Amino acid sequence: MRSSLGRVRGLGSAKEGTHHWWYHRLTAGSNLVLMLWLLIAIARQPSYDYATLHAWMQSAWVAVPMALLILSVFYHFRLGLQVVIEDYQHDESRVVLLVLLNFFVVALGATAIFSILKIAFGAAA
Amino acid sequence: MASRNPARPLSPHLQIWRWGPHMLVSILHRVTGSGMATVGSLLLVWWLAALAGGAESYATFQGVFTTDSGALNVFGVIIGVGLTLSLFQHMMSGIRHLFLDTGAGFELKTNKTFAMLTMVASVTLTAVFWLYLGMK
Repeated sequence: MRSSLGRVRGLGSAKEGTHHWWYHRLTAGSNLVLMLWLLIAIARQPSYDYATLHAWMQSAWVAVPMALLILSVFYHFRLGLQVVIEDYQHDESRVVLLVLLNFFVVALGATAIFSILKIAFGAAA
Repeated sequence: MASRNPARPLSPHLQIWRWGPHMLVSILHRVTGSGMATVGSLLLVWWLAALAGGAESYATFQGVFTTDSGALNVFGVIIGVGLTLSLFQHMMSGIRHLFLDTGAGFELKTNKTFAMLTMVASVTLTAVFWLYLGMK
């Protein structure tokens, strides 16, 4: 005896996708919370000069949500751009673009996290 | 690689259907998402890196978007309003998608109403955001 779920599991042409779909939704939820935090925090800044914003981001209460925002948003758009590439690119260009997408996300995300930590840990600029 | 047989029939596409707000909102979701993922993410990381790099690098970043008086220049307004409008549109239509995922809101009239509401909400929220900044 096999359950209905057991019979269809792995039979789709892609053999995967649930993980992609679910993490897109999961990060959509965390993006919503974190982006609303950032928008409100930015709007409420007394000033937008270097000293104000640098001091602001040195707080753990800013650096941690900011790093979480980068992780959540970058994971989300990595999944989203993958779908866009898969929809419009059908030849070798698809593989090339998907590889470039991974490099783009990791390189940019690492730079962002490094910048946040550098400010938070108070290294001399 | 996935090669395409051009003789295969194509499914009816955009030019076949009568346009409705749900189609525009769907396209906007993809366009705003792709725009923010490329232009938006690069600018966000440039902002963070400039802030981490010190006062001088931050002044370089600021100089691109502001005039000498500190107000936003034309480019700053286009990027600022463009990114916030994209963010709010993507956010509102994303919330709509989460509701549609539950199987709710597919009745024609409800679907059309909420598709239009995402655009009304995104324009309103963008206006509120910038009016708040302007009135501070």
